Parts: sequence; structure tokens; C-alpha cells
Amino acid sequence: MQRTKQLVTSKTFLIHFILIVGAVAMVLPFLWMILTSLKTYQESIHVPPVFIPEEFQWGNYKEVFGLLPFFKFMYNTVIITLLRTVGQLFLCSLAAYAFARIEFPGRNVLFLLALTVLMVPGQVFLLPQYMIMVKLGWLNTLSAVVVPGLFSAFGTFLLRQFFMGLPKELEEAARLDGCNHFQIYWKIMLPLAKPGLIALGIFTTLWSWNELMWPMIVNSSPESMTLSVGLSSLQGQYLTNYPILMAGSFLAILPMLILFIFLQRQFIEGIAVTGGK
Amino acid sequence: MKEIPLQTEVKPAKRLKAASLAKTRKRSDYFWAYLMIAPTMLGLAIFYLWPIIQNFYFSFTEWGSFGQYEWTGLDNYKRMLEDATLLQSFKNTGIYIIFTVPIGIFLSIIIAVLLNQNIKGKSVYRTLYFLPVITMPAAIAMVWKWLYNADYGLLNYLLSLIGIKGPQWVTDPHIALYSVIAVAIWSGIGYNMVIFLSGLQGIPKMYYEAAEIDGAGPVTVFFKITLPLLSPVIFFVTIMSLIGAFQVFDLIFMMIGKGSTALESTQSIVYLFYQHAFVLNDKGYAAAIAVLLLIVILIITAIQMVLQKKWVHYD
Repeated sequence: MQRTKQLVTSKTFLIHFILIVGAVAMVLPFLWMILTSLKTYQESIHVPPVFIPEEFQWGNYKEVFGLLPFFKFMYNTVIITLLRTVGQLFLCSLAAYAFARIEFPGRNVLFLLALTVLMVPGQVFLLPQYMIMVKLGWLNTLSAVVVPGLFSAFGTFLLRQFFMGLPKELEEAARLDGCNHFQIYWKIMLPLAKPGLIALGIFTTLWSWNELMWPMIVNSSPESMTLSVGLSSLQGQYLTNYPILMAGSFLAILPMLILFIFLQRQFIEGIAVTGGK
Repeated sequence: MKEIPLQTEVKPAKRLKAASLAKTRKRSDYFWAYLMIAPTMLGLAIFYLWPIIQNFYFSFTEWGSFGQYEWTGLDNYKRMLEDATLLQSFKNTGIYIIFTVPIGIFLSIIIAVLLNQNIKGKSVYRTLYFLPVITMPAAIAMVWKWLYNADYGLLNYLLSLIGIKGPQWVTDPHIALYSVIAVAIWSGIGYNMVIFLSGLQGIPKMYYEAAEIDGAGPVTVFFKITLPLLSPVIFFVTIMSLIGAFQVFDLIFMMIGKGSTALESTQSIVYLFYQHAFVLNDKGYAAAIAVLLLIVILIITAIQMVLQKKWVHYD
């Protein structure tokens, strides 16, 4: 008995040991980012390194705002993320409901077409998409990032899975009451698909906030730049001034960090859902 | 007297009415269905499906400096055969995949299995491991570049404490790709861990109880129960990781970037695509690279689909 108990505690100890080593590796870069962002330039290149700055240099953050229109980047990114997320949730769920719950001619062919988009790597449509943006005169506008981002084969596919899992009786009763499909979708199905909507919402939010290549291609003027692109341009201008670069990086990830802290469960469950289906 | 004929007459009329009702109902079904899929399908058609076709067309063209292009047949594809840089980018991407995918999956399974035990502080660990997943790659690249800094970076300082002179992590052509690989693994563990964790929670407890009664040790349990029952999830994650790894761009763009001595030995297929499409204005060739990427990804996915029969267990 004594031996098994000892075995169990040493096993628990080993598990915690491995997990803590991993967790330190996960957190250390973030900690270093924050610490560096509060150092003077001299402190940042001191050998051996200064761990805790003598005096917190909050001025670094102010400097980031002075160097680049950071508020503008933040505003652009928030608007793009919001519009894309809300738009996708609405449009994808509409299409997903129809694909999952209504029988209509051409359903399979159309759904297969949507799936094609899901299978093809993004680079295949990037160039023609760019040409479309040039033709529409949308370069350096938020529309160039928002509009193509409103439509998602992935989102339609994900939500269709959710709608397919809901019982048939629900809508039969509603139809007898004279509801049309939009009313059934809006009043009955949408509330029931909440886990799916949360998953897609979180996925789209993360994606829009962090995306680099497409916004960089279509929006290179500071007026319409996103945080990701702004950060890469900051790197180009202040190659070695790491306290400034770290302050910029931390500012860019802070909103998502705050959102994550408040919605941890939704984030993690949402990602699990997108992977499990 | 009147009621009898009425009754016999009502029946077919009712059926007719029911039939026409079903017809209108069907028609209203179609109406709503098309209306509801219209925005997404139109958007996908304009911004995604049509571009796929266009990209194929572009891959047979050559572009001038003012956006005009002409048909050049298979020239771009012939050019690819002799392009040493393209070959190198395939090699780089291949190395990147060979390291990030298996190591990333292995580590995230281990973490998931450990987190699935009955221990304290689970949600804290989960949150910490998940942090890199919500962080933008541009910022991740930036902080790691700083940690990797050869002269003032934390990493080389820590190495110097144990008497090792750290290398030039991101500028040495022999090392840079592996430095990027390490960051890719680091930032991907949390994502896969969460998916594996939800897969593990789906394994019925009775298997473990049965194994315990049989006196199986933790290693046997892991290989005989956990791995086989988790294999559908492992398969899914492998496919998604492979496809994602094939398209690596952000980290290389941000950590190595233009003008670096290590660019040649790190640039991925997608980096080369970006370079030709949007820096060199060599759009026809870029389109051909995109087509090649599509074909390679389809082939790899197909191979995985065939191989899965050998190791994935579905109940």
C-alpha cells in the first residue's frame, strides 16, 4: 500500500515536472517580450542581459504610437475582424442551414463546389483575387480585406455539420405553425447551433486578426494597414531597436490576449470543435 | 341526402389540394434554399472559384511590366524544371515538414495525455500552452528573432552559462531553417494539444479500467489503447498539419526576410510564390508555382488517404 502511494506521488511529480518545463518554454518568450519592451536601448543590448529594467520605460510605448499610426492600424484591424466575423457568421450559417435542412435541385453539386474551395491551397486564388481588387479599385481600402473574407467554405462546411445534427421534429412543428424557412433558421436553428457559431466566430476572429500575406499585398498604405502588416513595417524601419519592436509586438497581441483571458473556455472549446468535426 | 355525394367528392379534391400544397411547399422550399445560399455561393464563385480557373490560365502566360500578359503555353512549366531556386525551396519546405509535423504531433500528444491525467492545475497548463495559438505570427517571429539574436539574445546568453558559444541562429544558412522549425513547433503545440485532448476525452473509460484489471502498465496502455483509439484524430491532425506546413510563409518572411544571407536555404515554396507574384511581377510563373503547390498537396493528401487504411482504427 505504502509503495503504491509512493509510486502515485512520484508519477504525479513527474507529470507536473514535464508540464512545468513545457509551460515555462511557452511563457518565457512572452515574458521576455514584455520585459524588453520596458528597457532602455542600452539595457536591451547589455551583456550579461539586464532582466528587470532599472526603471520601466513606458515611454517606449508612447514612442511606438509616435512612429507609426498605431491607433489607425488597431482601428483597421478591429473593423476588419468585426465585419468579417459577423458577416461570416450570418452568411455561412444561412447557406449551411439550406445545405443541411432543405432539399433542392443541385444541392450536392453546389456543395461540392464549395468544398472545392476548401481543398485548394490559398495561394491558388491569391493572384486573380489581387487582379480583381485592382479592377475594382479596392487596393488600399478595408474592403479589399473585408469583402473576400465574408465568404467562407470552411465556415459553411462547419456549420452544416451542426445543423445536420439537429432533430427533424423541431422544424416540422414550426412549419405547421406557418413559419417559413428563414423564420425557422432565425428563431429555432440558430440558437441551437450556438457552439458551432462560437467556434466559427473565434476561428474567424483569430484568423482575421493575425493574417499577414493578403493584407500586406492589398493594403500597403498606412491608412489601411492592419497590425500584422504594421508590425512587419516596424521591423523594416527599426531593425535593431528591440525595446521599440517588443512594445509594438505586445501592443499588437494585447487585444487578442485580453479577449482570450475573458473567453478562455470558448476559445479552447471552439478550436476543439473546428478540429473534431 | 346531400352529405353522401359531398363526402365522395371531397376525397379526391382533398388529395388534389394536398398535392398542390406539397407543390407550393416544395416551390417555397427551393425559393428559400436558393435565396439562403446565394450570398455565399456568389461570393465563393467570384472571389474563389473563378480565381482558381483564372490562376490556371495565368500559369500559361507571361507578364509585362504594365500588367499586360501574353499566352506562352507551357513555358512556365518548362522553366520550373530548370529552376534551381524552386528545387531548393521544395527541399526547404520538405525539411520544414519532416521536422515540424511529426515532432509537433508527438509533443502535443504527450502534453495532451499528461493533461488528461487526474492532476491539479490542468486548466492553467492548458491556457499557458494555448498562448502562442492566439498570438499573431508576426509578433511571434519578432520576439523569437530577438531571443535568437546572436550577440544580445537571451538564448545565446543562457548557452554561454553552460560554456557553449551559441550560433548565429537566423543568419547562418545551415541553421536558420531549423531555428524557424523550432518556433513553428513551439507555436503549434497548443492548437494540436487541444484537439488531441478532446479526442482523448472521447475514449470510453471502460477501456482503461479493463486494462487496469489486466495489470497493464502505463506504456502498454498508451500504445495498445490510447494510440489506436486516438488514431482517427491523429490522422486528421496529420493531414491538416501537412497542408499547413506546405504553405509556411509568415515565419520565414518575418524571421529571415529579404536580403538575409540565409534566405536561399530557408525560403519556402509559398515565399517563392509571393516573391514572383508581388515583388518581381513575374505573375505567370507565380501562377504556375501555385498550380504545382496544389498538385503536390493533392497528391500528398491522396497518399495519406490510402495509407490511413493501414493504421487508422475507426469503430
